[in-house]
Amino acid sequence: MRRIPLIPYLLILPGLVFLAAFTHFPALLAFWQSLHSTPRGRRPATWTGADNYAAMLADPVLMKVLWNSAIYAAATIPASIVLAFVMALWVNGRMPGRAFVRLAYFTPTILPMVAAANIWLFFYTPGFGLLDQVLSGLFGLPSTNWLGSDRSALWAVIVVAVWKEAGFFMIFYLAGFQAVPPALAEAARIEGCGRWTYVRRVLIPLVAPTTLFIAVNALINAFRVVDHIFIMTLGGPNNATNLLLFHIWETGFKYWDTAQASTLTILLLVILAAVAAVQFRLLERRTYYR
Amino acid sequence: MVKIDNVCKHWPRSTTAAVNGLSLTVEKGTLVTLLGPSGCGKSTTLRLIAGLDLPTSGRIEIDGRDVTSVAPEARGVSMVFQNYALFPHLSVRDNILFGLQVRRTPKAEQALRLAEAADLLGLADLLDRRPAALSGGQQQRVALGRAVVARKPILLMDEPLSNLDALLRQEMRHELRALQRKLGLTVLFVTHDQAEAMSMADRIVLMKDGRIVQEDAPADLYARPRHAFAARFIGAPAMNLMPLEPGPDGPVVAGTDFAPGAPDGATQFGVRPEALRPAAQGLPVIVESQDYLGAETLALCRAGTTRIALRLPSASAPLPGTRLALGWAPEDAHFFRADDRRIEPAGATSMARAAPRTLIPNMEH
Repeated sequence: MRRIPLIPYLLILPGLVFLAAFTHFPALLAFWQSLHSTPRGRRPATWTGADNYAAMLADPVLMKVLWNSAIYAAATIPASIVLAFVMALWVNGRMPGRAFVRLAYFTPTILPMVAAANIWLFFYTPGFGLLDQVLSGLFGLPSTNWLGSDRSALWAVIVVAVWKEAGFFMIFYLAGFQAVPPALAEAARIEGCGRWTYVRRVLIPLVAPTTLFIAVNALINAFRVVDHIFIMTLGGPNNATNLLLFHIWETGFKYWDTAQASTLTILLLVILAAVAAVQFRLLERRTYYR
Repeated sequence: MVKIDNVCKHWPRSTTAAVNGLSLTVEKGTLVTLLGPSGCGKSTTLRLIAGLDLPTSGRIEIDGRDVTSVAPEARGVSMVFQNYALFPHLSVRDNILFGLQVRRTPKAEQALRLAEAADLLGLADLLDRRPAALSGGQQQRVALGRAVVARKPILLMDEPLSNLDALLRQEMRHELRALQRKLGLTVLFVTHDQAEAMSMADRIVLMKDGRIVQEDAPADLYARPRHAFAARFIGAPAMNLMPLEPGPDGPVVAGTDFAPGAPDGATQFGVRPEALRPAAQGLPVIVESQDYLGAETLALCRAGTTRIALRLPSASAPLPGTRLALGWAPEDAHFFRADDRRIEPAGATSMARAAPRTLIPNMEH
């Protein structure tokens, strides 16, 4: 009879316990609750089957929220990655005050999102906020309510997210650049390869694993971080900045409809699982050079 | 032709010069090695010629044109790096063609040169592989291929063989030399391995502390080192160098009463291990230990205050504890001043003449 080795299981036990207690069990619980009605004081939860899902899909606010989330992700992910790459490229070179510029770029990352949102709240304030002061003071443009207008609110929130994330991703790119042997740049130079061609033909392909890692993080953050929504807009105006996770919070804890919130949570899990599956497929196909 | 005139290179925050007043001319179509211990400035010199670094002062000419501050790609040089610097994400084909693609050479021309280089270096079957799927020797060939397709007249190589195993290194030495002759390339080759330099080079530039110690053909460097450093660096094992001290009839080898016939001003006496032979009379030594090398054996002996090596056919190697007198041919005696410069012997000397080379066959019986 084969003996099952005990030690390895004991070693992964602590991690497994926490993962099960705080990730797997709540997910299953959410699924269970999504199939029931919300319990009220005198009326316990009853089995409702797919009713919650039908209600969710019929909700026009959800469509708006999903559309917002899609725009939010599609804008913040590439913008923060490109910005991070360009900043890293710049502070990777030899220049005076390099350490200071790196630190300056990294500062938004150190700030809590709540603090950052408050700073930007001031920037966006109509009339005397920094943005309006500059625009009307220098160019004589009329005052704009950046966060109060349907058309600009989502973009104003996106800018904050990009500003917050780019510095963090820059650090990963800096590390990625360190791993590229300097002799490659020298070999390219001797071959008459210009700086831009070097970036395009050598550097970008070589830091592709870093880019993928950053993209995964950016995508997770696009769905996960909604702190600034709480500070700046509370999803408004007219749901213009309502993102999926904020919508779940609103449904669950503002309207106290926990069954509907559980249903939305399952939707979020399905979306994230689908995205993760695509990313793992990409990761597997990615060539490892060394 | 590459001409370097009084070139200096100071690195910021460094008190000593990496290259200190170096002047050198490399003739067209020759293979010249820059040889020296690590930190002697040989790689820096190569990088200055390539244009990867700029000299602090001095002038660099390539084919009569002043290129001191010209960009690397406009100098007409190609370079092979120590770790080959192949692009890991590109196939062998794209690695070789990288420069031509960047310079937008016509596709037909690219194909022609690729075929030629692949044929020359035996890479035809490997063109679709990535560098990670190649052996060290194959990677080395790809790096060479990339340099060859550029058709630049001057090839710079920075320790290109140091990452290969001994057998492959031997083979690549011959291949490189053959390639250089076939294509008529001017090659500057950096190495710290004197055997590599000796076997490949038309001329060797021996460097130390950012300066040239001696520049000569390999045979001359071996036969007439102009500096004690050159004597120690060339040859394996190194030349025996023995300090001299004043004696009744001129300088004697320290710790003995043997006078090697040193000229005035000599403070060191040198003789190569392979030039020493047991003789009827000569330098008295005691054999201390042996290093068996196969056909030959190194006998490590004490001569006065110094340990010296003696290289003999294994069959006639003396056992430890044996007392011997050693002789050598007059042209094998080298003398150096206190400042390490060579002095020519003052004339015929007694012991050296008493031990002619004809001793060798006698000793083997």
